[in-house]
Amino acid sequence: MDQSHIRNFSIIAHIDHGKSTLADRILQLTETVSARDMRDQMLDSMELERERGITIKAQAVRVHWKGHELNLIDTPGHVDFTYEVSRSLQACEGALLVVDAAQGIEAQTLANAYLAIENNLEIVPVVNKIDLPQADPDGAAAEVADLIGDDPGNVLRISAKTGQGVDAVLDAIIARIPTPTGEPDASPRALIFDSSYDQYRGVVAFVRVVDGVFRPREHLRAMALGTRFEAQEIGFMSPAMRPVQELQAGEVGYVITGLKDVSELRVGDTLTAEKRAASAPLPGYKDVKPMVFAGLFPTDSDDYPELRDALEKLKLNDAALFYEPETSQALGFGFRCGFLGLLHMEIVRERLEREFDLDLLVTAPNVAYRVKPLNEEWVEVHTPADLPDAFDEVEEPYIKASIIVPKEFVGAVMELNNDRRGKFDHLEYLSEQRVHLTYELPLAEIVLDYYDQLKSRTRGYASFDYDLAGFRPGNLARVDILVGGEPVDALSLILHRDFAYERGKALVEKLREEIPRQMFDVAIQAAVGARIIARETVKARRKDVLAKCYGGDITRKRKLLEKQKAGKKRMKQVGGVEVPQEAFLAVLNLNDVAKR
Amino acid sequence: MRDGARHLYVHLPFCASRCGYCDFVTVVGHADLHQAYVDALLGELAFEQHLLAPELESIYLGGGTPTLTAPAELERLLAALPPAHEVTVEANPETVTPSLAALLSRNGVDRVSIGAQSFNTALLDVLDRRARPDDVRLAMQRLRDAGIDNRSLDLIYGIPGQTPADLARDLDEALGLEPEHISAYELEAKPGTRFTHAHGAELLRQADELESYIEHVVERLTAAGYRWYETANFCRRSDRAGGRDLRTRHNLGYWLGHDYLGLGVGAVSTIENRRWRNAPSIHRYVAAHSRGARPDRELEVLSASDRATERVMLGLRLDEPLPLADLGDVVDGAALDRLAQGGLAVHREASVTLTPRGRLLGGGVTARLLA
Repeated sequence: MDQSHIRNFSIIAHIDHGKSTLADRILQLTETVSARDMRDQMLDSMELERERGITIKAQAVRVHWKGHELNLIDTPGHVDFTYEVSRSLQACEGALLVVDAAQGIEAQTLANAYLAIENNLEIVPVVNKIDLPQADPDGAAAEVADLIGDDPGNVLRISAKTGQGVDAVLDAIIARIPTPTGEPDASPRALIFDSSYDQYRGVVAFVRVVDGVFRPREHLRAMALGTRFEAQEIGFMSPAMRPVQELQAGEVGYVITGLKDVSELRVGDTLTAEKRAASAPLPGYKDVKPMVFAGLFPTDSDDYPELRDALEKLKLNDAALFYEPETSQALGFGFRCGFLGLLHMEIVRERLEREFDLDLLVTAPNVAYRVKPLNEEWVEVHTPADLPDAFDEVEEPYIKASIIVPKEFVGAVMELNNDRRGKFDHLEYLSEQRVHLTYELPLAEIVLDYYDQLKSRTRGYASFDYDLAGFRPGNLARVDILVGGEPVDALSLILHRDFAYERGKALVEKLREEIPRQMFDVAIQAAVGARIIARETVKARRKDVLAKCYGGDITRKRKLLEKQKAGKKRMKQVGGVEVPQEAFLAVLNLNDVAKR
Repeated sequence: MRDGARHLYVHLPFCASRCGYCDFVTVVGHADLHQAYVDALLGELAFEQHLLAPELESIYLGGGTPTLTAPAELERLLAALPPAHEVTVEANPETVTPSLAALLSRNGVDRVSIGAQSFNTALLDVLDRRARPDDVRLAMQRLRDAGIDNRSLDLIYGIPGQTPADLARDLDEALGLEPEHISAYELEAKPGTRFTHAHGAELLRQADELESYIEHVVERLTAAGYRWYETANFCRRSDRAGGRDLRTRHNLGYWLGHDYLGLGVGAVSTIENRRWRNAPSIHRYVAAHSRGARPDRELEVLSASDRATERVMLGLRLDEPLPLADLGDVVDGAALDRLAQGGLAVHREASVTLTPRGRLLGGGVTARLLA
């Protein structure tokens, strides 16, 4: 189709503000899906996505409206996928900014709206849920208009649930969003904005054709990674796959690559044809790196092979997931996994537990560190125990946090952020009631329980989002926990020196409660390098012997002994100390840690 | 069959009342059953006679309260039993009258174990014991008068409410009576018993303090010239007993892994690789005899490693070296080395002996030693 009749757009919305419902209405109204086939949240194809009300994987769907071809590019809704969001936005010329008429703007809306503005997208503001009794369409419209510098009169007011005003949205897309402006006759270039893995057809790339034309059976190349393959099929989704003979400049569609590994094709890369290759890729490709790491261990060590297979399968659809085998004294065999962020970690964990029926222990997460060991080159460290004792410098990742709260909670948020080594950046009133705060914070300070703390200190009113802001030097140290004089690898932490004593002491106290008394005194210590910063002792038992044993009860006592023996076998030996697995779990388990 | 069992146990279940902490097979009342029960015991002995060695090392009449058995029946039983080098009868203090002492003495009993438990009347009440401290003193005297000069006192410590000072007084009282032998048991509050129900909370509160009681017991008794020869058992050292070895030969038989035959309700026998326990019902026991049948019993077959495990479990309760030669591979050598390094065991040539601290931690030590 002629580019002048094409519109490519995304929907930007906070969780629960109605993005998926609006998408459903659009599919219905344009008769893309018949009423008979329609089901709720049509585009969120994974079970988990529907339940959590979020979309993990972007997809594109083509609809027709009044002689135009509209491509809706669905964006992932969360902070951890900022880069994917930015690529999806780059594939569009415009975006619907959907705001709940009762809730107003949230931090996430703000972050994605800024992303859209940065990508020069035309923003069509929409206030949704005007049918709700507590709706304040005027208030919400004023906030949105103020945010994007538009007139409140231009803000569309709809109810995606009832369908009220949705046709006006479609009209506005055609009227307000610019047409694509690629070169139809140039060498072909297409932006990969998402990919997924199909077990029969291999990797499927979702692309926005910027210049030229793509055809099936052509040899293609991903320009940044250099991956080559033959396009087995090209087409668009409506929402089912529809093969075509051509995808032209301005159009959105899919390419079936036949590749077996999603990591061979990265979001943000540019596809071109081998024989008509473009000279330069599209701008903006970035290699996204995991920033949050945690150990995943099967609760039952016999499940290790199942966990390995499950991670392999997940990785097929999630190029951002990183994992490598890890062996821990305390927890046995498992994997060190890297995630884009906390939500990404939660999603992976839930999918492993739900789709693969695994019982997992997830250790408290840590961030990636960059360290320059003495007289050596910089390296990245993903496990606290790997931080060398001596180094020239160490850096940790920082984020730029964006927090929106009612004004009465500003003090509480500031206090929390100060406790977390935050550096105040900016404060702005969005309205008379609501304040937008920005802070710089070490990522390490938010990976554990920051979000929970923020929610509880603001009675649930705060909304929070963040952007990575790069690595910065930190006054950091590795705290080791020693049991019976031997360090327990899995319990090492990297902490700001000011917090080392406090956290070390807390951990050591917790462990003392959890380790049963033994035949010898057991020292539990926290150390920074060779310096012991906290110590507790589990006092030795003084007596552990049966009061009596005669001819009548030998069998019973022998069975008791055998039980005791079996119990010992389940203990982990650390420094000659028998430590029940539960003791490690108590200090390591993410949930428990977060609760403290 | 090798040479036959050299140890015979006879269970006499009759009691005047049941003590709250007791978990033995006992029968309260039923004076009418004494005769039939002794008949049945002798019937069972006739059935199993062939399992006994020609010469017995020990006979032990336990209970229950054996001395509560009707004197005529007790005498009939004792007279019918084969002779042995050591014949022990358990007695409650209040049952030891001059005539009972004489009865025991003339029927070959040379050792009596008296269930004193404590010399503190309040603590005796907690235990539901009927005897008073003076009963114990009298019983000791009457036994000596009757010529029985191997007298053992049973003590219980760790009684709910018992302070360290109470324990020290009990030990002093016991030592004042100059018994040849003392058995001192920490009270075991078995889950589900009436006693645990009533006193469990107090015991839990005392738990930390109670840990040290066994140390007090060992210190006090060894200082008074007693040999701590088994975890809970002490006898006057032979150099203070005219060269006599006052350890119980009968119980040593258990701790050294010897075979033994047990008669009566709930009695256990272990002969080679077979262990059986008679059913606990006195009525069925007596009824089986009147049918001319063996009593109901539960059989357990012991593997070589079961018996080796038991040798370690029981042998390590003693103050003498446990030979490792016959134990196959049930002992974990690396664990033994660790325990030796930690000062809990001494590994010498082909034997292992626990140090005093090792003996106090004998349960944990044994669990680690067993591979």
